Parts: sequence; structure tokens; C-alpha cells
Amino acid sequence: MPSENFLEIRDLNFSYDKRPVLRGINMAIPKGQVVAIMGGSGCGKTTLLRLIGGQIRPSQGYVKFDGKIIHELTRSGLYETRRKMGMLFQFGALFTDLSVYDNVAFQMREHTDLSESVIRDLVLMKLDAVGLRGARDFMPNELSGGMARRVALARTIALDPMLIMYDEPFTGLDPISLGVIGNLIRRLSDALGATSIVVTHDVQESLQIVDYVYFVSEGVIVAHGTPDEIRASEKPFVHQFIHGEIDGPVPFHYPAQGYAEDLQLGPFDA
Amino acid sequence: MLDRTIILLRSLGHTTINAVWRLGYAGKFFFLTLKSSGTSLRRPHLVVREVYFTGVRSLIIIIVSGLFVGMVLGLQGYETLQRYGASSSLGVMVALALVRELGPVVSALLFASRAGSAITAEIGLMKATEQLSAMEMMAVDPVARVVAPRFWSGVASLPLLTAIFNAMGIYGGYLIGVVLIGLDEGSFWSQMQAGVDFRDDIMNGVIKSFVFGIAVTLIAVFEGYDSPPTAEGVSGATTRTVVISSLVILILDFILTSFMFRGA
Repeated sequence: MPSENFLEIRDLNFSYDKRPVLRGINMAIPKGQVVAIMGGSGCGKTTLLRLIGGQIRPSQGYVKFDGKIIHELTRSGLYETRRKMGMLFQFGALFTDLSVYDNVAFQMREHTDLSESVIRDLVLMKLDAVGLRGARDFMPNELSGGMARRVALARTIALDPMLIMYDEPFTGLDPISLGVIGNLIRRLSDALGATSIVVTHDVQESLQIVDYVYFVSEGVIVAHGTPDEIRASEKPFVHQFIHGEIDGPVPFHYPAQGYAEDLQLGPFDA
Repeated sequence: MLDRTIILLRSLGHTTINAVWRLGYAGKFFFLTLKSSGTSLRRPHLVVREVYFTGVRSLIIIIVSGLFVGMVLGLQGYETLQRYGASSSLGVMVALALVRELGPVVSALLFASRAGSAITAEIGLMKATEQLSAMEMMAVDPVARVVAPRFWSGVASLPLLTAIFNAMGIYGGYLIGVVLIGLDEGSFWSQMQAGVDFRDDIMNGVIKSFVFGIAVTLIAVFEGYDSPPTAEGVSGATTRTVVISSLVILILDFILTSFMFRGA
């Protein structure tokens, strides 16, 4: 990996109501890389994104982005830093009262003094990049799940962020939309020279587009490596996850008392 | 028995602490909203857009309700006044009842049910669908961009809606008193003109509607912003907006009335 770490996470701990969600997370993400954070549902992946975005504060440790420790920033400093970030939410989080065009133009109107004609050109360029220039007048409720995700992606890259975070971008998509979104993530990251973090549990699609993978289980990083290293990994958790095995280190059964005891079966007589 | 008493006391204490905590939080939220109102002042079109949704779209219910409340006042007022041979004072009676009391209170109750609940549901759903989080991640303050414009639109809309309610109510009283019953039109209007004081009656009514506007809209935006991000959470917040607003309107009405109209 190159030496310059654009995003650095050190000894990060986060607890929710005294329940530890993340423990001792360490990550170093160089500029321009596409990194996947994988793990089962509820393992703390999205919490990690929220910590990077400064929406919540760590109990211990820090997130350093572009040389600044996120949780030490003032509110205005945090907002200033967030202008360099973009985040694609799981279901797009498009503003339902605004059209596709206005959704993409939103940040430009809020943060810049650009004229409407310049904004129009930029919006059409962003929409063209995701293939939806023709859908500019649609309202969010007129879009399919895949289209909504692409519009949200166009909105995310509206101001050419240096860091793009994707929260479960493949959830609920048909195979064609899934391929389109995966392809766009890689293509846009390369075109913008942005660093990307993709939080996902979609193994096959992610391994095709990312440079590096971190596996999170029960709040700790259990494995990391390049996609090839991950595919070849013999670690039980990674093996179970990659091959979608029903039982393994992540048990099929939630902990419970003995089955026979639960069914209130008496001892068998000989 | 002792155990049950302790449990009851504990639950009462818990509920009280929770209510006081929420009240304090709502107070802080009110100041945060005021502090974040710069965007609304710099970009008035944000407020104007919300005035359309909260104010203009409440017009039908306000106009129809005002008309019928005025007609009922006309019928009831005539019934009572004629016993004392004072039926010519129907106009002033209808106007005073509306301008001082019924106009501000009924408009505020209708506004809470129509616009307050809609504001809560909209902000609650924006939270549930991560639109507010998305805004925060875009370095746009949701309180400044979403809450403050809705708050000021409510504060601006309610006094105007109350004025329309009053006008329609007076017209309803006119329809019953003059058109239906046949009272003298000149005495209907002239007694009203002579009996309604601009400062003591009209301005006090305006102050009431302004205060109700602040209270109802603050409750609506706060409940939406504070609602749990689930379907059940948003539905509960919407119900709370209507219930709490209605109670607060009636309590504030009593407090304001006791200060304003001391029988002088």
C-alpha cells in the first residue's frame, strides 16, 4: 500500500448504552483506494461509517481524515470537513419533496454561489455519469430502487468529494442494477480520484471492484487483505462468509437452552 | 401492597422526570431553532414554500369551519338576545365572540390537526428515511434547512388564518342574522363597528393567535424531529402533536385571557 494514509482509524471503540459495538478498530486507507468493510448484519459496519462522518463520537480512539481528528472538530469545522465527504445511504435517502434534478443540485445551491446555468450543466453531467440524464424531471417516488440509488450516487458526487462512503449500496437490487451500481462505484472513484469505503455484505460484487477488504465480526476486525488474499483465506469466519455456509463461527442457532429441555420432554425410559 | 406502592411511586417519578426532561429538551430545541433561523431570513422563499403547505392548504378547512361557527353563533346568539330585546346587538356579539375567543382558539385547534400533524409526519418520515442524516452529511444543518422554515411558516400562517376564520364567521353570523332572520343590516354592522375595540379586542386576538402559532408549530416540529425513526414512532409523534397542541392551546388561552380581559 502507498504510505500516505488519507483515512486513519486507531484503537476505535464505540459503545451504545454500555453495550460495546466496536472494539479496537484499526484501519489505514490510502488516497484513491476502494475499500470494502464486510461483515454480517448488526456487526457495527454502519456505525463505523457514522463515526467516520462524525455523526457519533467514539468512546475511545479516533478517526483521522485528511489530517484532522474528526471528534475533536468544532461543529463548523466538522461541517467544513464534511464538504469533502459524500455518503450514499442504504436506500438513497433522496429528498422526497424535490425532483431528481433538484436533489442533485441541492448541495450546489447550499454551498456554492454558482449561477443556475452552471448548476444546470453540472447536474446534467452528474446525472449523465449515472445514466439518468433523461430522468431529471422525475420525483423520487417515480423511480425504481436501482434508479433511486443511482440518483443518490449522482447527488453524493455532486461536489466531487475526496471521500465517498457507501452504506450497503447493493441491498435490494436486481442483478442488473447491482452490476451497474458496482461498476459506477469503481468508475466514479477512479474518475474523481476519490477514496471510497463500501460497507456491504455482498461478497461477489464487492470483491470484483475493491482494492482492499476488512472483515468485521462482533465489533472487531477479524481479517483483512486484498480480494485475492481474502478469496484464498482459510480463516473459518472468512471462509464461512465467502461461501455463505449456514453454520460455522457464526452459528445458525441463537444461544438457547437445550432443545429437549425447551420442549419439556421427560427422560426416556429404557 | 407496599411493593405495589413503591412500583407506582417509581413509575410516577420516572414519568415526571421524563416529562421534565422532554420539556427542557423542547426548550433547548426552541432556542436552537431561533438561533438557526438565519437561513430562513436570508432565503425567504424557503418560508414562503412552507406557508403554501401549512397555510394555503389549510384555507378550505378554516373557511368552511369559520362560516359554520359564525352561523351557529348567529342562531344561538339571536335565540338568547331576543329574550332581552337586544337582538339588534347580534352583530357585535358574534364579532366579539369570534375575535376575542373562538377565532384564535378554533383556528389554532384546526391548524394543529391539519398542518401541525402534517409537519410532524413529514419531519418524522424524513428522519426515518435518513433524509435528515443525509442532509447532515452534506454539511447542511437540518434544523436551519428543514425545521426553522416550517416553524416560521406556522408562526406567520396562523394569525392570517385566524383573520380569515373571523371574517368568515362574521359573514356566517350576517347570513343568519340579516339574510335569514331579517335583522336590520345597518344596525348589525354599525353596532359591531361601535362595539369592537381595535386594541382590546382585535389586537388581543392577534396576540393570542401569534402565541398559539408559536406553540403549535414548535410542538409539531419538535415531535417530528424527536420521533423514533419507525412507522410506530412517527404515528405516535403525530398523535402527540395533536393532543399536546390542543391542551396547550386551551391552557395558554386561559392564561392569556386572564391577563388580557380583566373586566375593565
